[in-house]
Amino acid sequence: MSVFLLRRFATLLATLIGASLIIFLVLDALPGNAAQMLMGADASPDAVRALSIKLGLDQPLSLRYLLWLKGMMVGDLGNSYVYGTPVAGLIAERLVLTIPLAIMSMSVTVVLALSAGIYTAANHNRLGDVGVMSLTQVGIALPNFWFAILLILLFAVKLQWVSAGGFAGWDDGIWPGVRSLLLPAISLSVVQAAILARVTRSAVLEVLREDFVRTARAKGLGKREVLWRHVLRNAMIPVMTVMGLQFANLLAGTIIIENVFYLPGLGRLIFQSIANRDLIVVRNCVMLLAAMVVIVNFVVDVLYAFIDPRIKVHHL
Amino acid sequence: MTASADAPTVATARKPATGFWRRALRHRSFVLGGLLSLLVIGAALLSLVWTPWSPYDIDVASKLKPPTAAHWLGTDVLGRDIASLLLVGARSTIAVGIIAVGIGLTFGVCLGLLAAARKGWTEELIMRMSDFTFAFPAVLSAIMLAAVAGPGMLTSITAIGIFQIPTFVRVTRGSASAIWAREFVLAARASGKGTFLITIEHVLPNILSILIVQATIQFALAILAEAGLSYLGLGTQPPQPSWGRMLNDAQTLLFQSPMLAVYPGAAIAVAVLGLNLLGDGLRDLLDPRLARER
Amino acid sequence: MATSSNAPLIEVQNLGVRLNTSRGPAQAVRGVSLALKRGETLGLVGESGCGKSVTALALMGLLPDSAVLTGSIKLDGRELIGLTDGEYCKLRGNRISMIFQEPMTALNPMHTIGRQVAEPLRRHTGCSAADARREAIALLDRVGLPDAAKRVDAYPHQFSGGQRQRVTIAMALACQPDVLIADEPTTALDVTIQGQILDLIADLVEERGMSMILISHDLGVIAENVQRMMVMYGGTVVENGETDKVFSRMGHPYTQGLFRARPKLGARKGTRLKTIAGTVPELADLPSGCTFADRCPLVEDRCRAAPPPVIDVGGGHGVRCVRTDVSMAAAVGAPA
Repeated sequence: MSVFLLRRFATLLATLIGASLIIFLVLDALPGNAAQMLMGADASPDAVRALSIKLGLDQPLSLRYLLWLKGMMVGDLGNSYVYGTPVAGLIAERLVLTIPLAIMSMSVTVVLALSAGIYTAANHNRLGDVGVMSLTQVGIALPNFWFAILLILLFAVKLQWVSAGGFAGWDDGIWPGVRSLLLPAISLSVVQAAILARVTRSAVLEVLREDFVRTARAKGLGKREVLWRHVLRNAMIPVMTVMGLQFANLLAGTIIIENVFYLPGLGRLIFQSIANRDLIVVRNCVMLLAAMVVIVNFVVDVLYAFIDPRIKVHHL
Repeated sequence: MTASADAPTVATARKPATGFWRRALRHRSFVLGGLLSLLVIGAALLSLVWTPWSPYDIDVASKLKPPTAAHWLGTDVLGRDIASLLLVGARSTIAVGIIAVGIGLTFGVCLGLLAAARKGWTEELIMRMSDFTFAFPAVLSAIMLAAVAGPGMLTSITAIGIFQIPTFVRVTRGSASAIWAREFVLAARASGKGTFLITIEHVLPNILSILIVQATIQFALAILAEAGLSYLGLGTQPPQPSWGRMLNDAQTLLFQSPMLAVYPGAAIAVAVLGLNLLGDGLRDLLDPRLARER
Repeated sequence: MATSSNAPLIEVQNLGVRLNTSRGPAQAVRGVSLALKRGETLGLVGESGCGKSVTALALMGLLPDSAVLTGSIKLDGRELIGLTDGEYCKLRGNRISMIFQEPMTALNPMHTIGRQVAEPLRRHTGCSAADARREAIALLDRVGLPDAAKRVDAYPHQFSGGQRQRVTIAMALACQPDVLIADEPTTALDVTIQGQILDLIADLVEERGMSMILISHDLGVIAENVQRMMVMYGGTVVENGETDKVFSRMGHPYTQGLFRARPKLGARKGTRLKTIAGTVPELADLPSGCTFADRCPLVEDRCRAAPPPVIDVGGGHGVRCVRTDVSMAAAVGAPA
């Protein structure tokens, strides 16, 4: 167990360092001169040089990379090229929106997907199965930002139940904030839930064909009992793998969805920073998103070891 | 000798039976998916020779018109004909899909075949690299590229293509490894054939159907990703019409002309649904072993 | 359970099973009848696909919902066909238990063996978790699992095939069932282990006074472990009787063929193993007459005309063949 954990942790660190290296190379080394980009092609060389020195861009690449790594350890991500304020602060104030949004949409995804997947598998080839599966097929094909626009059309334009966008914040209590994240969370979830429901269904069907299901039935367990006690835990392994991968898509999706709903979250910060050529903000945001993805997948792997007793042996 | 003796069995395993089209035409999702895909391809081809109006003609006087006999789906905020924009938009959608899947397929399949053939540290390196790329979804890598190279169709296609590589690597490696373990490959090796020849003559033909199915599904994913990027303004640039971009334009006018936001999204959904159904159908038809239960 | 010792504990009359296969509906079992008193043992023998496992699953009520059953299955005089699944669940694992062929896959990899052995106890006797665990340890000990008290919390993958089969036996015996169905219990095991497991089953059957239906394709296993036997082919019973009688007289050409196809120790080098010509017919399109007609060396026109009746060749030994006079004269039968 501990050997497995250690090995997996080492991979995690290596992946994070690799990711930071790629991000740094793409966003700092490739563009050549960030100061030039900030000031535009017409700026005088002297002004550009002055700005470079001011932003610390005159130092060698390797030193800048190491300084960035060190900064990430201590939480000092440097100052925004455009606003001059600390990047860490900019990100932190956006995360109070993006993290609840990600959690909400992941929860909606899991609840929808597991119930649909288990229901369809338990009613394999019956009308309910065929109906729900056709719905998921359509769900997968919907672009999430279009679905978001349709939701706005229905709930904000037609019914006028919610506003078409914006974020109420957490100052007036939890409900106004949750309410303004409701439609964004649902639109992020629909596609993911459709995919996950299909994965869940085929995983459950696969396990239902296993011999030990028949053994459990031979002991006198009812179909439902077998499903809950014996099948689900076995079916969770592939489902969790996909869930981990979906988290990445979900975070990437926030970039688009936050733009649809005019939500001041991390995704919108990235988007605005690109428009502003504020590469230091882009670099740190992208790193944060990549780190979240990598860490979530690490957690999924560790959870396997708790769910599946066989894994400890395989990895020793 | 042994290898050639095995060739007929390989061929039958790979080549669908003579009744492929007969079976295909009775397969519901294949037929529906095929029709929807043909609809999109047809629209793109049609737009090359004819559109009701020029999609570039701006006529502010007749902006935001409801559907009429002249403008079947009405006009947008600049007075352009929506139907024409949709037709030409199909063209960019298909172009983006083909190029992005082409990039992913070419690099992904080569790397996957290499990993399966070489094993050892080559395989380990390739697989770890592709694991790693999974941390950067298409939108994220496109955003990084756009931040550096500036937004544009080329940037977004490249980013989507790169994002597709690891999926193809995994699929190729997985199925190619299975082929490498089969008897007819052992026989070919025993008869002294080199790794490269075996890969070309035995492995690649046998995983072709799996790759076709995967490419169809990836095509759909590429369309979705491109639409998202164009919606953000990072993909196809005006005046080149694109469905994602049209959605972005429509969003500011939700209260005046809600239908403007419906058409392009429906077009994207039709294209993606068609390709997904086609992929499912092809999987059932080309590989009966995978067909169960899906 | 106030049954007089003469009334059958389990009685099957004219059982028919219709299954939906990928090739259309198939009559997998036709007109199977059997009766088993308390403490009796019965063997079912035949090639794979002959309907013996389907018969067993029909007794357990574990066939897919789409299967159509006709005839009657009575346990202690109570009709089982037509019971709801809930009612059947009260019998399964409690009064009628089953051991399966594949010990490697018959156990849930995610649960400890102790939990799996205790599960029928918890389900049927309503005893406490602690009691069930204690009982599970005792059962595992009885089936010869070394260090049962220590290994009760181990997972299936930590055991060998033979040990796992001991676990499934403990599981089947947990609630002291009246009837035990063992479906090829040793087929998946190493030859050296097979004897041990069969001896264990035989001991337990005797010790607890259970009735047992043992299913096997191996005539040797049948000969040594059961009092009576039935030979199945194409979904019907082609021969049945006391094991000794069937082996010494072998009335049906199919039984004779099975016997000749057995590998023998000490056979001269170069002797070919005899096989039965042809293959098992598809259950979806069985011939109208005798199911064995296409492979039978003694086949005549009347064999194909109508299903042959069962002919009693003496002492309750029945043979479903119209040519028993010829076949039994030609038989090379000898006790196995």
